[in-house]
Amino acid sequence: MLSAPLVIEYPFNRTTGPVIGAFLTGLQAKRVLGIRGADGRVVCPPVEYDPQTGAPLTEMVEVGTEGEIVSWSWVERVRDGQPLDRPHALALVRLDGADTAMLHAVDASGPDAVRTGARVRIRWADELQGLIGDIACFELVDGDGGGA
Amino acid sequence: MSDDRTISRLPDGLWTQPEVSAPDLGDIGNIEPVQRIRVPAAMTYDYTPGEAPTRFLMGLAEKKILGEKCPVTGDVYVPPRGMSPAVGLPTSEQVEVGPKGSITSFCVVHIGFGVNAPPTPFVSALVLPDGAAVSVYGTVLEIPHDQVRIGMRVEPVWADDADLAPSFESIRHWRPIDEPDTPAELLKGHM
Repeated sequence: MLSAPLVIEYPFNRTTGPVIGAFLTGLQAKRVLGIRGADGRVVCPPVEYDPQTGAPLTEMVEVGTEGEIVSWSWVERVRDGQPLDRPHALALVRLDGADTAMLHAVDASGPDAVRTGARVRIRWADELQGLIGDIACFELVDGDGGGA
Repeated sequence: MSDDRTISRLPDGLWTQPEVSAPDLGDIGNIEPVQRIRVPAAMTYDYTPGEAPTRFLMGLAEKKILGEKCPVTGDVYVPPRGMSPAVGLPTSEQVEVGPKGSITSFCVVHIGFGVNAPPTPFVSALVLPDGAAVSVYGTVLEIPHDQVRIGMRVEPVWADDADLAPSFESIRHWRPIDEPDTPAELLKGHM
């Protein structure tokens, strides 16, 4: 009986809009932008509309490239297309100066090396393209160099 | 691609619609502002078509369109799924249909999709192979798109012998043949 690989792919082309566009442009300069919400809190990654009121947001602010782990889980079996090709943590990271967290991979030697509240910093990609992948992953500030 | 709206630029090089303000980032000014990104989404399967579709696909590699017959109604289904959708019984008899057929429906495609899409505009059509009860999907070429019509007679253009494979791609496209159109009432219920 026949069997064959079948890939169903949608070649989406997306306009970024002013907010996400500025965020991605910033990544190319190794800078991270959030946006100030109606209540003064800084949302990062930035959103176009206030999470509470729905009002359009306009004031982009720079946040840090270090932060802390708010929550995390360990990915033992890595699927294709993930930021890292070896076991890693998936974490919510709140960058310094931001009041919300972003989801990204944290390179660590194992789950014992990761904890909520741990300090992490951005590891930038070798080639910056203006995509979220410009943040290759996060690494532990007091870490063990990751799971290489 | 061209921008579909006016973009203003901030002094520091960030692009934005006018109402968004950004901090001065100094060295960011030399960077081309991001306005559009490619974000392909893919799902990867191992596809096993099953026994009846396998028989059908092996036929395509020999330039044959093989359907299978409902044991009760006699309708020939193509591509076969191994059972009759009308009565739920297994199809047992394999029947060669076509290769000529009639267009039962079509549309003119203006935005091509996928790596193998022909130049636009082109015609995607449902073709009812002679002897079959249901239509197969294909591309109609070798005729201006505005001359394609329901009932038009067509034949498959097969891939070169070296490229024939158990794949729908063995039929490169369909093209018109010089035969009288099939009356619409004979196509009813066969889309």
